[in-house]
Amino acid sequence: MSDLQETSLHAFHAEHGARFVPFGGWDMPVQYTGIIEEHLAVRQAAGLFDVSHMGEVTVEGPGAQRFLDTLVTNDVSKLSLSQGLYTPMCYGDGGVVDDLIIYRVGETAYLLVINASNIEKDYRWMEEVAEPFDCELKNVSSDYALLALQGPKAEAILDLLKVEGGGDLGRFFTLESKIQGIRVRVARTGYTGEAGVEIFCHWNDGPVLAQAILTAGAPVGLKLAGLGARDSLRLEAGYPLYGHEISERINPLRGGIGWTVKFKKAVDFLGKAPLQEEKTEGIPEKVVYFSLEGRRIGRQGSEVMSQDQVVGRVLSGTHSPVIGKPIGSALIQAGALESGDLTLDLRGNRLPLQIKKPPLHL
Amino acid sequence: MSNIPADLKYTKDHEWIRDNGDGTGTVGITDYAQQSLGDITYVELPSPGSAYQAGDTFGVVESVKAASDLFMPMDAEVLEVNAALDEAPEAVNQDPYGEGWILKVKLPESGSNADLLDAGQYGELV
Repeated sequence: MSDLQETSLHAFHAEHGARFVPFGGWDMPVQYTGIIEEHLAVRQAAGLFDVSHMGEVTVEGPGAQRFLDTLVTNDVSKLSLSQGLYTPMCYGDGGVVDDLIIYRVGETAYLLVINASNIEKDYRWMEEVAEPFDCELKNVSSDYALLALQGPKAEAILDLLKVEGGGDLGRFFTLESKIQGIRVRVARTGYTGEAGVEIFCHWNDGPVLAQAILTAGAPVGLKLAGLGARDSLRLEAGYPLYGHEISERINPLRGGIGWTVKFKKAVDFLGKAPLQEEKTEGIPEKVVYFSLEGRRIGRQGSEVMSQDQVVGRVLSGTHSPVIGKPIGSALIQAGALESGDLTLDLRGNRLPLQIKKPPLHL
Repeated sequence: MSNIPADLKYTKDHEWIRDNGDGTGTVGITDYAQQSLGDITYVELPSPGSAYQAGDTFGVVESVKAASDLFMPMDAEVLEVNAALDEAPEAVNQDPYGEGWILKVKLPESGSNADLLDAGQYGELV
């Protein structure tokens, strides 16, 4: 336990009754009152998540945009000032190093947000790729606390906090502002399928900011939400989680985020050739999202069957608090997807797999 | 802090058993167990009439987070299962020693099982 890192909100979480779990090297709150209650708060009102464990990297300099367009598959050259995008970054073979959000925060300055468990790996990879480019990288992960305020009431809570321009912020746009004297960067992004924002502040300001948001939002139903609800929300919404739906072995085309791979952008990106070839010749296996009847959850590793053939496996599985059914994602051979008639093998029982385009909860 | 009633016996695997005094016992999972599992979404129940030995797996409790096997506290035959858990598995969270009971069993005539813990011993374990 002593090796786990703690965010600046650790004591705040403990005071609010959090139960902690290790996640990506961090001791993080998995829940406060219960995953289902927190999940439903985000769908019906709002939830506040501490995601300070996520990593931040700044890239600055005249070569920053060309470097980033080499590093990632989406088109960074199209970003206007204060705009962000979601993208994977790939190895030369098309496998995914990580997925991230890139914000253009200055003319030639970018802020990257990466997964907590990948910070060191990502930063080494970025430094290697950046070698020939005229730009400077900095791992600023320990400078920023990051809070996610998510749900239909998120905008009303921003208004209560008097965040100037917060309500008009376009999706994936960001602005600098102040909340009760604390300098923040607000970005209209999230990982829940609801409206909402993610708010960066100085690492040490995290607990004060969280308390200010919680105090303002509690009267309209805001609840603290942990990583448990974050996972069930993102799975209902059909958002990939690195290591599950995308990974070194599951490239973006197979992982269902082919829309982030811009083959026609001006700069050649890492992984372009193998991904282009796979797109032309046919994607052999695909990530799909599903629901099941009954109450038994198909967990990671469960086998997907077509008659007596194993044609895939479950990547993520949980219970959807909104539809009250098990949901999940699976990687399935493309040929088997066309034939239909897929079942999930759960401890010897076969359950029909109901494949659905996300969101799964609507 | 979890609730550990003094009148029950416990297993190391976090089941409880109540001696009903008429040769039957009631089995469930402890308050500590339901807290650790979090929101329970499914309880797989055995068929009444099936017989188990102490330590056998007789079912599964699933929560949003994980699936966990249920172990029979003693040699016993299942008399009745709590069918209400099919529709309302959350009863195990809300009232683990009452509405959230899982099985009624016929207790062995040979008497008590030395491996069971009393409330004090179980309290030390958790």
